[in-house]
Amino acid sequence: MVYDAIIIGAGVTGSAVARYLMRYRAKVLVVERASDVCEGTSKANSAIVHAGFDAETGSLMAKYNVQGSEMMEALSKELDFAYDRCGSLVVCLSEEDLPKLQALYENGVKNGVRDLRIIGREELLEMEPNISDNAVAALYAPTGAIVCPFELTISLAENAAVNGAEFRFNTEVREIKENAGGGFTVKTSEGDFETRAVVNAAGVYADIFHNQIAEPKIHITPRKGEYLLLDHTAYGHVTHTIFQLPGQYGKGVLVSPTVHKNILVGPTANDIDNPEGVNTTAAGLAEVMEKSALAVKNVPTRQTITSFAGLRAHEDGHEFVIGEAEGHPGFFDCAGIESPGLSSAPAIGEVVSDMIAQRLGLSENKDFTGKRKGIVKAAELSVSERNELIRREPAYGQIICRCESVSEGEILDAIRRPLGATTLDGVKRRVRAGMGRCQAGFCSPRVMEILARELHRDLSEITKKGPDSPIIVGTAKDTIE
Amino acid sequence: MEKVNIVIVGGGPAGLAAAAAAYDAGERSILILERDNMLGGILNQCIHNGFGLHTFKEELTGPEYARRFEEQVEERGIACKLNTMVMDISPEKVVTAMNRTDGMFEIEAKAIVLAMGCRERSRGALNIPGYRPAGIYSAGTAQRLVNIEGYMPGREVVILGSGDIGLIMARRMTLEGAKVKVVAELMPYSGGLKRNIVQCLDDFGIPLKLSHTVVDIEGKDRVTGVTIAEVDSHNKPIPGTEEHYSCDTLLLSCGLLPENELSRQAGVQLSPVTNGPVVNESLETSIPGVFAAGNVLHVHDLVDYVSEEAASAGRNAAAYVRGELAEDRSGEIPLEFAGGPRYTVPAAIDPEKMNDTLTVRFRVGAVMKNRFVDLYLDDERVLHRRRQVMAPGEMEELVLKRTMFEKHGPVQKITIRVEEA
Repeated sequence: MVYDAIIIGAGVTGSAVARYLMRYRAKVLVVERASDVCEGTSKANSAIVHAGFDAETGSLMAKYNVQGSEMMEALSKELDFAYDRCGSLVVCLSEEDLPKLQALYENGVKNGVRDLRIIGREELLEMEPNISDNAVAALYAPTGAIVCPFELTISLAENAAVNGAEFRFNTEVREIKENAGGGFTVKTSEGDFETRAVVNAAGVYADIFHNQIAEPKIHITPRKGEYLLLDHTAYGHVTHTIFQLPGQYGKGVLVSPTVHKNILVGPTANDIDNPEGVNTTAAGLAEVMEKSALAVKNVPTRQTITSFAGLRAHEDGHEFVIGEAEGHPGFFDCAGIESPGLSSAPAIGEVVSDMIAQRLGLSENKDFTGKRKGIVKAAELSVSERNELIRREPAYGQIICRCESVSEGEILDAIRRPLGATTLDGVKRRVRAGMGRCQAGFCSPRVMEILARELHRDLSEITKKGPDSPIIVGTAKDTIE
Repeated sequence: MEKVNIVIVGGGPAGLAAAAAAYDAGERSILILERDNMLGGILNQCIHNGFGLHTFKEELTGPEYARRFEEQVEERGIACKLNTMVMDISPEKVVTAMNRTDGMFEIEAKAIVLAMGCRERSRGALNIPGYRPAGIYSAGTAQRLVNIEGYMPGREVVILGSGDIGLIMARRMTLEGAKVKVVAELMPYSGGLKRNIVQCLDDFGIPLKLSHTVVDIEGKDRVTGVTIAEVDSHNKPIPGTEEHYSCDTLLLSCGLLPENELSRQAGVQLSPVTNGPVVNESLETSIPGVFAAGNVLHVHDLVDYVSEEAASAGRNAAAYVRGELAEDRSGEIPLEFAGGPRYTVPAAIDPEKMNDTLTVRFRVGAVMKNRFVDLYLDDERVLHRRRQVMAPGEMEELVLKRTMFEKHGPVQKITIRVEEA
């Protein structure tokens, strides 16, 4: 069998391309080396939908960022993922830097960002009482937003799957070969697949696949960003995404609310060699804490519940590499997707899928259903709605994760729905069990039991995030000689 | 709305003892709400012995100890709802809870005993750098996997933190065939009981490295090793002291945190030192009629003292319901301390409301040798107790008698002072 398109990588970009491609009649396969969608860069980033004032005017980054930002709210309703247009502020910390703030404003206007304006200290202080005493002004972007990056990615992938896209996990692409008579052979750890088109959405590995096929060569550097996530008790410390204007105080980190009512602080930016290097470092975490204080006062970093690091796929040209490779019909890059990649994903998905459709002559899929109903968030329901739900399905009355108040019903839904969770991390990203202040201390054995029951596996077969991450290594006493 | 005189939030050792004592004080309208599918709380997974030496003069296992109190609750016919999560407590003492069969429901209580226990500090809260693979567990999670589920979470183990659960798990994992390579403790002293260090580490030849911490965790999918380093007097790792341990498991036993999210929502005043409610001599929180006991109030070393404290809270709740505990709090005198204690429970005493005896519990902030613990009423020293050694890992207590107050007469100032001998 020959696929119309094989998409390498089930991150937000690959999942977006898959989802929009299903608007056409096509046999689509998404291959992912991890055990779930959203396991790479898409899971560890700032969770921001940038307004789009930052990128260089005329760049693909600017174009897709602004488009993506404009698409995101409607998409959040269509696919039912958490999105909050909280607005963003770029804070200027010295009079001397005001011309830079003005330049950023003008850049944003040129990029087509709506409703931008520069606000003075007084208005800023009214919006954000905890802003630094050094703040003199800010660029206010009301279209700036926050999103759940897991839900965004999962909902795109799930919707693609519901519309017929096939997903293969734990499948690592080794090599792509362009066939003499057109089309490609994608060689993977799980066998070879034939396809008419390839989408290279391989994140920090996208240069490898690009360079197997196309010229000019590209080069991606994993750029590590470390973050701190603060407890719900810190929520409200800021109510907008606070960036700091790079200036005489250096380049800061952002301090932002999340859609799940935490506060996120970060990232650092360090170029590294190891594309698997998602470890946090003492220096990085210390830097985040220190820099958080530049634009915002008294960030309660003592309330940290977890820290993490993500890798941005930084291409040497600091620009998205998007589209069909010259001289290699059917090979489509989505490479160099660093910030604002999350914000741009819907736009990239739409435009790349259109390019593929045009190249392959795909016809419209009249059965496409773009709408998805997400997992019910029981904690957000009214008492009567919740009781109705529990009457229908008693599992919604059983709390499993006490910190985030997640019921068994939600976990069952996360496992049972298309592209359902098969791991602890999969459950965590879908319904937030284990995402709270105790960080899965109490609920992980219980979630493991539910996974084992639902997937008809032994408890010892349940993993954190795929075959190489077992939680249990044997039964008691079995190691005694 | 259903009405109950005393709602007890939590069916662990504290909740059970509070319920039985409230019953014995004459109260009949009592309801225990427990989130787990059985009573007994964390004791169910503590299958080692050493419980009950004070209470029953016997060495019991955790489940046996819990069972004794469950029997007391059963014999008295006290109502319990299992698998029931308390979602909210209002300042007016309306308890909102949820389970599979009743859905979400409200109960109007006259008195509430908070007995929710505590949780373990997580890796994230400790800000340990490194990867985030499988193989990192809080000691209590590992204890549940081994003792309840019968599974081994790892074979080669490094433990960070020398809290009691970590020490117990060092022994447990060793007995189950794992190799525990080292226990690293950030502080220059252990956070656990001396007897546990002897019985769980020394007896098995497991090294305890004080003033050491984990500075790196390796392994993207599953732990493959950790690096520990010595720390200076500011708890900062000293470069050049790094030691690498290959292992597949890192257990964390770095402190317990009272679970007071419900208390906070209700508006109960919390202590920044204990993270538990601020209580008076009746173990009553800042909200009249809301009492607290056990690890939700402050973290204990011995369950015997949890039971004792909780029984007192239960009796006081019953007295409150009967109208025998005056709502007037103007007679409370703050309990002051100097020379060592980090806090006291209770934090204030109304001598008029005191029972015949009152046990004051506290912890010191550093290891102290050859001291006296003294109680002063105004400037009169009424108690003078010798302590050979006091350590942060061992809770101290001082028993105050009502007669001391009666003898002294009206008092302005109550102070516990730790003094060099």
